[in-house]
Amino acid sequence: MSKKVLIIGAGVAGLEASGVLSKLGYNVTIVEESDRIGGKLNRWSHLFPSRRPASEVLEHLQLNLDPNTVIITNSKITDIAVKDTSIEASLNTGKHIDADAVLISTGFELFDAKKKEEYGYQIYENVITSADLEKIFKEGKELTTSKGKAPKRIGIIHCVGSRDEKVGNTYCSKVCCVTGVKQAIEIKEHLSSCEVFNFYMDLRMYDRHFEDLYQEAQVKHHVQFIRGRLSEAFENPDGTVMVKVEDTLLGKPMKMNLDLVVLLVGMTAGNNSLFKKQLRLETGTDKFLVPADEHFKSVSSKQKGVFFAGACTGPKTIENTITEARAAALEIAGYLKN
Amino acid sequence: MFDWFVLPFTLGLVFLLGFIAWKFTSWIKSLTQEDQEKLVKSLATRKTLVSIREIISESLLHRKIFKTNRMLGYMHMSLAFGWLLLILAGNLESRIFNHGEMGPPYVPIFFRFFHPNPEIFRFHQEFSFLMDLLLVFVLSGVALAYYKRLNSKFLGLKKTTKHVMGDRIALTALWFIFPLRLLAESFSSGAFGGGSFLTSTTGSFLNSFLPSEILYYPFWLAYSSALGMFFVALPFSRYMHIPTETLLIVLRNAGIKEQKSHTGFTDVELNSCSRCGICIDSCQLSSAAAINNVQSVYQLRDIRYNTVDQDRSLNCLMCGRCDQACPVGIDIAAIRQIKRNELNPGMKEEYSYVHPAKAQQADVVYFAGCMSHLTPSIKHSVVQSFKKGGINFWFMDETESICCGRPLLLAGKSEEAKALMQKNKTAIEQSHAKALVTNCPICYKMFKNEYGLDIPVYHHSQYFAGLIENNLMQLEKQNITAVYHDPCELGRGSNVYKEPRKVLNQALTLISAEEEGEKSLCCGGSLGNTTISTEQRNKITQDACDTLLKQNPDVLITSCPLCKKTFQKVSDVPVYDLAEIVNGAIVINTKNKSKANQNSKIIKKELLEEEISNQTYPD
Repeated sequence: MSKKVLIIGAGVAGLEASGVLSKLGYNVTIVEESDRIGGKLNRWSHLFPSRRPASEVLEHLQLNLDPNTVIITNSKITDIAVKDTSIEASLNTGKHIDADAVLISTGFELFDAKKKEEYGYQIYENVITSADLEKIFKEGKELTTSKGKAPKRIGIIHCVGSRDEKVGNTYCSKVCCVTGVKQAIEIKEHLSSCEVFNFYMDLRMYDRHFEDLYQEAQVKHHVQFIRGRLSEAFENPDGTVMVKVEDTLLGKPMKMNLDLVVLLVGMTAGNNSLFKKQLRLETGTDKFLVPADEHFKSVSSKQKGVFFAGACTGPKTIENTITEARAAALEIAGYLKN
Repeated sequence: MFDWFVLPFTLGLVFLLGFIAWKFTSWIKSLTQEDQEKLVKSLATRKTLVSIREIISESLLHRKIFKTNRMLGYMHMSLAFGWLLLILAGNLESRIFNHGEMGPPYVPIFFRFFHPNPEIFRFHQEFSFLMDLLLVFVLSGVALAYYKRLNSKFLGLKKTTKHVMGDRIALTALWFIFPLRLLAESFSSGAFGGGSFLTSTTGSFLNSFLPSEILYYPFWLAYSSALGMFFVALPFSRYMHIPTETLLIVLRNAGIKEQKSHTGFTDVELNSCSRCGICIDSCQLSSAAAINNVQSVYQLRDIRYNTVDQDRSLNCLMCGRCDQACPVGIDIAAIRQIKRNELNPGMKEEYSYVHPAKAQQADVVYFAGCMSHLTPSIKHSVVQSFKKGGINFWFMDETESICCGRPLLLAGKSEEAKALMQKNKTAIEQSHAKALVTNCPICYKMFKNEYGLDIPVYHHSQYFAGLIENNLMQLEKQNITAVYHDPCELGRGSNVYKEPRKVLNQALTLISAEEEGEKSLCCGGSLGNTTISTEQRNKITQDACDTLLKQNPDVLITSCPLCKKTFQKVSDVPVYDLAEIVNGAIVINTKNKSKANQNSKIIKKELLEEEISNQTYPD
């Protein structure tokens, strides 16, 4: 009888690992909290830096799934324990699952922009998040102000919930800078006469083709980049938002009225309390899970038979997540053979 | 009646009395002129009686320490009150024996040496019994003090104070005094008879295997030396609090308080600290963030010995919890503030670029403050509530905001603070308003205590409570439960506890929190601390939040923008300011009811649940 692997979370990491493990001959069960598979990929319209439709990537992941894979949606793990060489898990539906190894691919949560109250999310009418903007693009809706008018000036605010001691997140979420550049271009493509300003601390265009996208935004679309962190946002009587910011390249404080403000929300760790308590897994000061070794066991936990893939161990791009999911699948196969 | 062994005691006593006289005189001399007059006026009035009563209840019986922990109270009482009774009874015994003559002060102390078996004397049995009984009383306190070193938790203290050299010498001497007295009296009894149930028993026991006739003298000498050592070490140790606290009580009852700078009163307060360590346990830096070297007991000690460390002085939330807990009633926060003022000589002020907004004529000036600009839901709610209530107001810092000055003041930069305050004050006066309302307790405390305004200053909780009381505003009760967090600056800082609860009780069901009112915890966001790390701050916030949410309320409510912002970081339930609740539940009158509901973001139970689930699975 072939050995069984339990995957927690049917996002990019979980689906990709599942495909590889099935090909290697293991029986896979995936438990997913929400009602569908694909995780946060479902919320993306187009991906950076190639602007490839997110649906294409999702389709690919689904095609790779083995028909015998058991996918349990709308379910949550309530108890999990490692017993000798097996893993026993219970679901909130009362179901029990036995497996020989478990892959944690629970991903991340979006930073709750309401916690950065000074930016006025859900208080001011014309403040939205990057996730809201992506949804508008995905649903093919018109980008308008709260009064239904076409915005003439949009500000994109970087590092909301990232690199910010005040909200308790000191780390970089890695993907927001390039998302901000991508979305600025997309806005310009929809509304060519609209002015777009990106307010940033540093632009971290670290990966292949990121810099190209940044160039394109400036040269082709005339997106303006202002180095400075927002100190405060204020709603004018007409619903526009006045932002106060210091332009740190010019060394001057400035105020600007914007028709629409987009907050680039970062990644935060999911709720790992169950894993911490029952599997005795560690989390870092950033609250993400900690792998057994940062170089050589980046997809293994310190607990026997428990593995990691994707953003549960820190912010990652989809490409990195897929690579990690495959690495995890091979690591699991190696573990189960011995 | 004399023997050479009394010298250590006698010389020690003379030194101690001389030292106290010199110190008391110099402290009183360095009081301000005004305070000296207050002191003189208070002498031989009813205040003197109040002082005497307080000295008995606090310096001798230690009533406040009893309230903290009975065992700890008993320990202090048995040592202080027991020792005093021992001295008084000894004096009385010696007087009766000597037919009313006083004699030198060492006579009653070493009475049993000079008269081990005074059978010629009328009440000798009764006195022997009484003296033994009092000795047992004191020794029980000494035994507790020994045990406290081993296990401070038994006496209700989680942490105990670390001592300086003077303390150790005095403490060691103190620990030996009464056991030595017991042994000296026992050997005398063993050698010459006398004593009562205690000393005579131990005396005959010791005599059964030890040569009492040889040993009694060295033990009397040791007893005298321990007393002498204690008296000499006392002025340089924490035991200076014993004489000084009596002076503190007299000065305080004369109406003397801490000023903005160091006076003789500060010295009296510093020397009145017994370093009992009760403040350590009340300090959240200790209980939640494992910072154990900055507490008030150490701050007062460092100021007294002139070994102040700037970082440690600034590492304090200024929440006032230790002030509340201090059994001596020392004005700790004020003393720390004085030190901060000294440590911060200030900088060149440059505020010419700051301009207040042009004043508008209105009945009420509303000042939101910097923190409310970072929590726009609060200022938005206040403005909406005012509009619904038909209040003619001017939002003073709507676009051009100037700080109230409190952060500068807390950092010890009082001159710079004054420069900012003047700009605000001018604008307020020009508006000809009849009242100033602010929703920020930090600003409230400033406007009320430091600005010297001619108009009343209200915290928004007080203002709303007033409107409700006068039927100018009505709130609709919602089916939600809440815990209210008392902000430090509003509660302990300004004594406003009732009004927020009065308002909230109209709008929802309040459940009481574990630590509330005067004992309320600090949220950890305090402006008063400029050296603590974010991680340590977060620990304090998490700990305070966990304590508040123990009863599982639907929401957490506070009335300070900084507290709200701080708790939002960690709370599992939504955090609101009182203004948001008022704005959500406001009903102007029955005609406008539907309109009011439409306009306001009403916090209904269903909405809340949605919000809670959104936090677990954000969109």
